[in-house]
This record gives sequence, structure tokens and C-alpha cells, in this order.
Amino acid sequence: MAKLNVNPTRMEMTRLKKQLKTAIRGHKLLKDKLDELMKQFLDIVKENKRLREEAEKALDSAYKNFIIARAVLSQEFLGEALMMPKQSVAVDVSVKNIMSVNVPVFDFKTEDNQSDIYPYGLAFTSGELDSAMESFSDAMQPLLRLAESEKTAQLLAQEIEKTRRRVNALENVMIPNYEETIKYISMKLEENDRASTTRLMKVKDMIAKKAIEERRQKDRALQQA
Amino acid sequence: MYKVGIIGDKDSIMGFLALGIDIFPAYEADEIKRNIRDLVEKEYAIIYITEQASLLVQEYIARYKDNRLPAIIIIPGIGGSMGIGMNEVRESAKRAIGADILFSE
Repeated sequence: MAKLNVNPTRMEMTRLKKQLKTAIRGHKLLKDKLDELMKQFLDIVKENKRLREEAEKALDSAYKNFIIARAVLSQEFLGEALMMPKQSVAVDVSVKNIMSVNVPVFDFKTEDNQSDIYPYGLAFTSGELDSAMESFSDAMQPLLRLAESEKTAQLLAQEIEKTRRRVNALENVMIPNYEETIKYISMKLEENDRASTTRLMKVKDMIAKKAIEERRQKDRALQQA
Repeated sequence: MYKVGIIGDKDSIMGFLALGIDIFPAYEADEIKRNIRDLVEKEYAIIYITEQASLLVQEYIARYKDNRLPAIIIIPGIGGSMGIGMNEVRESAKRAIGADILFSE
């Protein structure tokens, strides 16, 4: 493991210890966030799958009916019949917050008169087109709900990926690095301590020796006198 | 107020016209890209795109995946489902969980 490039001083160590504490706290928080996100995501993605199956099934039958209608009516006539839609769809987008991920909530405003979805006069068109339109209309609701659910799943997936990367970076890089560096500094400081202790002992020794020597000379001088 | 649009081949998307969804027929990759760009600018919140059309512009669609709007949703075209739309769901599950656990049954 690489240690950080810092001076081995006591102050640096205090700073690093503080950072390590923050990193560990952040790691725990992010991990909790990841767990909760995952829990939410599983529900949403299951719903997403279910909605998609529903929408695709509805769409499938709509297409089938439409193909039949197209076979019966000419291309130009069909285009003309569908040209002026009776209903219109508008979406109101609001924001929902799932674990600090902003996901859109689509609120649909379909302006239509429920009694009649056919944008054409019934006199010149065939019944096949009517049933095609009806099944398209049935597919509409699942399709719109699918849009919301799928977008939510995508955004959550992105957030989960991001959070997991952060958790891993903290767990496997940042925290070990801090620990390693703190260990390095404390070892270096201890080493310095030992070095100065030995130096002091050595100096003390030298001073003591000198004192003894002086004392002996003094004693000798006294004896001679 | 946002709008809803659909991009794809004319046969597939024509039926949506009656529902009040704006249709944008496009066949070539460039055409499709231009349509997507236009729709994003014009504040379409939901853009449906047929599977066939989405195949031509996959990376272009992926670009909008992480944005809150628009939601670009892949739907089957008139030829029936090729499983691409479902694959999108699977991809996002894989991305989040790291393994394909939802669909493995």
C-alpha cells in the first residue's frame, strides 16, 4: 500500500487522524445509502419489468389491429383519417426525491372526450381501423407509466453505480492509505524519540566521565599536599 | 407543459398520431439523431423510439440516459418485439446490482 507523501510530524499525524475519522464516517454513511438505494431499486426495477411486459403486450395487439386496418384502407386514406387527432397528451413534470436522487414524476393530462377517440368520421372508414384505434388507446396508459418507471430505474442505477464506486474507493484506497501513513509517522516519531534518548544517555555518560576525572585529579592534588 | 413524441418508421408510429402523440418519421441514423436533438430542445419529456430506429443510434440514446429529462423509451416497432426494450431494463439492473439476478430465473 502506498503511503501518502507527508512530513512525519506530530501535527501532520493529528491532521491525518482527523481525516481518517471523517473517511470512516463517510464510508459508513455511504454504505448505508447504498443499501437503501439498492432496496428501493429492486422494487422499482421489478415494477419496471412488469410494466414493460404489460406495455409491450398491449402494443403488440395494437399493432396487429393496425396492420389489418392498413390492409383494408389505402395509405393515403389512412393518413388523412388520422391527421387531426382528437386527443392530445401533455405532461406535467414534477420531481420526486428518492434517497437524494431526483427522479421525474410524469403527470399526464390527456385532453379528450372519453366518448369518442376516433379522429375521423365513421362513414368512410372501416371497423378495423376503429378497433385498431381502440387498442392503441388501451396501450397508452401502460406506455406512459412505463416511461416514468424506466427513467427512474435508469437514474437510480446510475446513482447506485456512483455510490458504490465511492464506497469502494474509501474502503480500499483512502482508508488504508491514511492508516498506513499514520503508522509510518508514528513509527518515525518513536524512532526519533529513541534516537534522542540514546543521544541524551551518551551525553550524560560523557559528562559523568568528565566529572569523575575532575574529582580524581582534585583528590590526587589533595593527597600530594 | 411538456410534450410526448415518438420517432421511428412511419408504419409503426402512425397509429400513435390518433392518441395525440407527435410523430416524427425517420429512417436514417442522421435523421433520427437530428430528430432526437430537436425534440430535446423543444421540451419533449418523453420520447418513444422504435427498436429498429434505436439500433442505429444506440450511443446517442445512451447519452441521455443519465439526464433527468427526457426519458427516451425504446418500444417495439410494428414488426414485433426484438427484446431490446427489455434488455434496457436488464442493463440498468446489471449496472446497479452488478449481476443479472432479476432475469435469471
